[in-house]
Amino acid sequence: MSPTATSARRVLATPPVAASPFPYNSGSLLSCQDLSLEALSHLLARATTLENQDPLTRARILAKRRIALLFYESSTRTRTSFELAAKGLGVDTTLVSSLSSSIEKGESLKDTGLTLRALGAEAIILRSNSSGAPWLLEAETRLPVLNAGDGMHQHPTQGLLDLRTMLAHLRPGITAVNAETLAGVTVAITGDILHSRVARSNMLLLPRLGARVILCGPKELLPELAAQAGPGIEIERDFEAALRQSQVVMMLRIQAERLAGLQLDLEEYKAAYQLTGQRLAALAPKAVVLHPGPIIRGLELTAGVADGPQSAILEQVKNGVAIRMAVVERALTAASDQGGRA
Amino acid sequence: MTALVIRGGHLIDPAAGVDGPKDILLKDGRVADIAGPGKLKQTNGAEVLDATGLTVAPGLIDMHVHLREPGQGYKETIATGTAAAAAGGFTAVAAMPNTTPVNDSPETTRWMQAQERGAVVRVFPIAAATRASKGEAINDYAALKSAGAVAVSDDGLPILKDSVMREALAAAARVGLSVIQHAEDTRITHVADKVASMNAGPTSFKLGLRGWPNEAESSIVERDIRLVGELREARPHLHVAHISTAAALAAVRQARRNGLRVTCEVAPHHFLLTDEHVGPYDTNAKMCPPLRSTADRDAMIEALLDGIVDAIATDHAPHAVHEKEVEFERAPNGIIGLETALGLSLRWLHHEWKLPLGRVLSLLSAQPAALLGLKGRGTLTVGSYADLVVFDPKAEWIYSAREGKSKSRNTPFDGWTMQGKVRWTISEGRVAYSAEGA
Repeated sequence: MSPTATSARRVLATPPVAASPFPYNSGSLLSCQDLSLEALSHLLARATTLENQDPLTRARILAKRRIALLFYESSTRTRTSFELAAKGLGVDTTLVSSLSSSIEKGESLKDTGLTLRALGAEAIILRSNSSGAPWLLEAETRLPVLNAGDGMHQHPTQGLLDLRTMLAHLRPGITAVNAETLAGVTVAITGDILHSRVARSNMLLLPRLGARVILCGPKELLPELAAQAGPGIEIERDFEAALRQSQVVMMLRIQAERLAGLQLDLEEYKAAYQLTGQRLAALAPKAVVLHPGPIIRGLELTAGVADGPQSAILEQVKNGVAIRMAVVERALTAASDQGGRA
Repeated sequence: MTALVIRGGHLIDPAAGVDGPKDILLKDGRVADIAGPGKLKQTNGAEVLDATGLTVAPGLIDMHVHLREPGQGYKETIATGTAAAAAGGFTAVAAMPNTTPVNDSPETTRWMQAQERGAVVRVFPIAAATRASKGEAINDYAALKSAGAVAVSDDGLPILKDSVMREALAAAARVGLSVIQHAEDTRITHVADKVASMNAGPTSFKLGLRGWPNEAESSIVERDIRLVGELREARPHLHVAHISTAAALAAVRQARRNGLRVTCEVAPHHFLLTDEHVGPYDTNAKMCPPLRSTADRDAMIEALLDGIVDAIATDHAPHAVHEKEVEFERAPNGIIGLETALGLSLRWLHHEWKLPLGRVLSLLSAQPAALLGLKGRGTLTVGSYADLVVFDPKAEWIYSAREGKSKSRNTPFDGWTMQGKVRWTISEGRVAYSAEGA
């Protein structure tokens, strides 16, 4: 215990960051980062199998099992898609949304989750405007939780359906993915990156399969430090330069509801970043155009591009149902494997 | 009051330059005598505490705590908060005014110190700098000081307006109080209805959480230092609460070189943890200012070792379990810290980073006593208050928030290894905490 003199500039040991205990439930899908490439391959394969299965046979797989959809934010695509996916497997679903429930009366996410569990929900699909909400719900209920979008953070099933769409176009017939599957592929994600959970899910997932991700947008919507989110991520402010390099062009909506006082000149934005037929034909005539929706025609892309031959936007929607069937199946079967249902 | 003898211990009193085996006689709440082992006179009838193998030091002083009374007793009370303080080796705490109502009056200031509150160690209120801490009209500092306030602060909120801050510094200087500033430019951290909930950086981007940039702290510190410079003649004392960024530290360092009276405190979580410890949305790693980058955290360590930091203060901020069991952005800011400050400081600052024990103890007692102008505390000489802590500096132990004395459990340090186990805490001659009775 004898005090020693302080020596100059040493490398000091500091407290380590504890490993994350999440996910608690092996059926959960909180983030694409939870999935190994093997698990990812399995999900993609199951999506295809389930999609091709006879609907009546498929509806027996999880007949009368129970899933709650808990939606704190409005949603068309994701909610309907999850609902159709679950019902396609025979699951009984119930929808709880913030405007027609005790959430309005101030009930906490924890209490709503515990109530749903007591009502017999075997898994919960959660859409929340708070980043990290699915982690809280999973920790409190220990049920399989499927993240249907949390704030500005993650939207893992969107990442998976985007991947499935890209593979169908760029690597047709492929059945399993590995670290080189998307080698040589450049994906440009353009628009409101800062507020986008879709961007975060894609930028962290695609480089794991060898893709290069270019983020594109103005400083207000794309901070420099976004490139530090993970490996394989670059920033290109010049939209046309980004287009020229890309095999996949993913456009994002300006999220007016999350801008929080940010002043953005939409005319300037369109001049610099709108995906027009002209730009597409000149710079990326073979690229696949993706958009997670909802699209705002005439803002981030023109109607002509949305409806044009390079657009895979509606394929994405269709792929969403297949992916979510696989994810719902995993949630309920993984949970019963470990006997972890409450 | 009975007399008490602490026998066989090793006394470390940095302010008095003492570091050696001493016996101490306490009488009527004061230190009556200090002598070499076995050399005390007039110990007849005194109760004896055997401190063989233990370190005896001036009681620790935490110049930044939230005791939540009046008005928020479900989080903490003055009784439970001071019990936690005593368990952590503290004999005095300075309580911030963001209570319900805000402590901006002599009445509330006195109420907090009343015997009925059940405090087991001394509570020194820090009164609000402005009415209801709204940052508009300054309070009557002379009246607050005579009611017992030891500083003024709108902690939790900054004093944003230059004119109000200038007036607060000048008025506080006239009555000999410091202004403690919570340096946060809320025009940067609160935009529309969105509030930044963690440090701005790659981690906040990845987690999809709105970031609190370093400039929101350093710009206020720089502004305040400019005002102190302009008021140089009046000798105002600016104290920067819970400093967390390298840029703000640099500003404090420069102000000192310029001969200004600018001091600062750092909290254990800011010299130990980084924004990566937020991990998967741990609301017990959410506080204001937030956990910063590795570079900023390392700057806090360097500043502690270099002596730029004047005090270690916990910013003890209890919140009920249900308040922290919510979505990260909705969780209130703050963690408890009274029962872990000594254990963490000894484990890391002293044992790991080799800051001499006397300097660690000084940061936790003599220096905060001087900053708050607490006479007869932070040192153990004949006639000073009998405020002391007796601890085993070598003992390692595991902290369990559940077993703590605080009413709340919001801490990221649950389950951490601590060093230095408190055996007794003595407040004005009375045993406020004994490990036996724990």
